[in-house]
Amino acid sequence: MNTATHSKPLLETKGLKKYFKIRKNVNLHAVDGIDLELYPGETLGVVGESGCGKSTLGRTIIKLLEPTGGSILFNGKDITNYSVNQMRPLRREMQIIFQDPYSSIDPRKSVIEIISEYSFIHKMYSSKAQTFSKAVEMMELVGLAKRYANSYPHELDGGRRQRIGIARALSLNPKFIVCDEPVSALDVSVQAQNLNLLMDLQDNFSLAYIFITHDLSVVKHISDIIMVMYLGKCVETAPSDELFINPLHPYTQALLAAIPKPDITMRNKEFQLIEGEVTSPINMKPGCRFASRCPHVMDICSQEDPEFLEAAPGHRVACFLVNDK
Amino acid sequence: MKNNENGSDAILYKKENQFKEIWRRFRKSKGAVIGLILFIVIAGGLLAADLIVPYEKAVSQNFGARLAPPSMEYPFGTDGYGRDAFARLLHGGRTSLSIALLATFSSAIIGSSLGAIAGFFGGKVDNLIMRSLDIFMSVPDILFTMAVVYALGPSFTNLLIALTLAYFTNYVRLVRSQVLNLAEQDYVEAARAGGAKNARIIISHIIPNAIGVIIVNTTLNVAKIILYESTLSFLGLGMPPPHPEWGLMLAEAREFMRTAPWLMFFPSAAIVFTAASINLIGDGMRDALDPHLKS
Ligand SMILES: Nc1ncnc2c1ncn2[C@@H]1O[C@H](COP(=O)(O)OP(=O)(O)OP(=O)(O)O)[C@@H](O)[C@H]1O
Ligand code: SF4
Ligand SMILES: [Mg+2]
Repeated sequence: MNTATHSKPLLETKGLKKYFKIRKNVNLHAVDGIDLELYPGETLGVVGESGCGKSTLGRTIIKLLEPTGGSILFNGKDITNYSVNQMRPLRREMQIIFQDPYSSIDPRKSVIEIISEYSFIHKMYSSKAQTFSKAVEMMELVGLAKRYANSYPHELDGGRRQRIGIARALSLNPKFIVCDEPVSALDVSVQAQNLNLLMDLQDNFSLAYIFITHDLSVVKHISDIIMVMYLGKCVETAPSDELFINPLHPYTQALLAAIPKPDITMRNKEFQLIEGEVTSPINMKPGCRFASRCPHVMDICSQEDPEFLEAAPGHRVACFLVNDK
Repeated sequence: MKNNENGSDAILYKKENQFKEIWRRFRKSKGAVIGLILFIVIAGGLLAADLIVPYEKAVSQNFGARLAPPSMEYPFGTDGYGRDAFARLLHGGRTSLSIALLATFSSAIIGSSLGAIAGFFGGKVDNLIMRSLDIFMSVPDILFTMAVVYALGPSFTNLLIALTLAYFTNYVRLVRSQVLNLAEQDYVEAARAGGAKNARIIISHIIPNAIGVIIVNTTLNVAKIILYESTLSFLGLGMPPPHPEWGLMLAEAREFMRTAPWLMFFPSAAIVFTAASINLIGDGMRDALDPHLKS
């Protein structure tokens, strides 16, 4: 968790874009120019409302989706245009835990089959028996009782199913995992357990995470750096503590205000997220994407794109309010 | 794998043989077992037809005994030419059932493969397959089949070809939509994230999840094809007479519906029982393949 000791980022994206073609000449800008850096063993939290492109970002980074533009560097190698075959060996190093613990595991496979699948694909072990016993080790590692080995997913609850997904991702010994809202589908009590599990695993295996969530309170403790996304763009990045103490972008401020507090009156009424329309990422007009909902909107905001500039060391914001001072 | 002291490994590697497991679940369903027994009785009877009653009796005409009602000598009566309806039912069933099963099988295989390819690969391949299919489907089934049989001449093989061509289109659409749906599932993406190749994804994830619907559809089609054969026979495009066949028997019986209703009754009952037994087996298979219903 100390940036200084690692000079080189494990993962870097520059101007990464992913557009979905809706119709002829109509593109949905799900991810629209994201720059990020992730150092070994660190966690980058990615926060934003539903539909802002978080999952698309996560999937594009590990090339489950083909990027539309920009570049991805992994371990210093430019993998932006790697083919499926070129990516295959890299799958051992970069993994993903999916958002939905129900649809992300095959309902017709037993737990042990699901967890051992990746090892079979990469011929990690010399025999079937060895592969299975490694899979059982994985189960123990994520706190799944051995007796579930021959169970089918529908026999387990959401928390345990999510652990199957975690064990599967870990089975290849990756260095980097995209955690796509790994707890948001779970009950609150189970959320904490699984979050702790992910943090323990990170310490034990020095994993780097991109931790996606729509809930700022979830990433506070797990992240080193937090990136706030709005409609495909990054609006603010800052070290976790800094972001919570000194949020600069009006959207970040609104997100923070929306975190439930014990005392209702402490909420900042000015920044209720419900107001205003969410601009659709389909026909992008120039100007700040948050303008339609921003309480501080100015004339310039709808004319030009605010630049993404450093406001304090390691703290970057895209907002005229901050950058024009 | 050796058992270790606490025996826990024994549980883990015991994973039953797939077929044994499926069979165990299949047996649990009463309907499926009844269907299977019924089917074995019917198929066994048809296979042993020569031992039960000689083929001669199915085709030799006895004008002295035309339209005789069921009796000891003729258990299911005789038809308009005085032929033994029982012998015709047994020997004709062999033809009907083998054509129906073969046509179902070949149309399912061809149609499912095309549908799976179209759905999985999408894009140009999909377009090519689906546009060609549209051409096929723009001609009504019956006209199409008639044209094929008429062009090739009525015979077992040609009937098989015609029926396969008439029925494979159903599977293309069915399987394509299944595969399109399944290919979008997160677990397929998860397999990709693990580096799985297309072949593995299709064999290990898509087929097992699509197979239930295909099986049920296939078993329903057996009955439809037997009935379709009778339509063809009625139009004079079925198996050439005097060789017996269930569809042909039904077609011929229409003429005597009032005077000799048993001629209609027995082939109908044979078709209904055969179809029902196959449907029951299909339902049982679908459930047996679904781990959700394991217990
Ligand atoms: N395959 C696709 N084709 C077209 N549009 C897509 C596709 N996948 C995602 N989108 C669109 O891209 C945008 C971003 O979707 P994405 O799933 O990345 O959002 P998200 O931030 O992960 O949301 P959530 O919190 O709901 O998971 C949405 O508007 C979505 O409708
Ligand atoms: S640039 Fe303007 S509209 Fe956008 S967040 Fe800043 S003040 Fe609000
Ligand atoms: Mg998402």
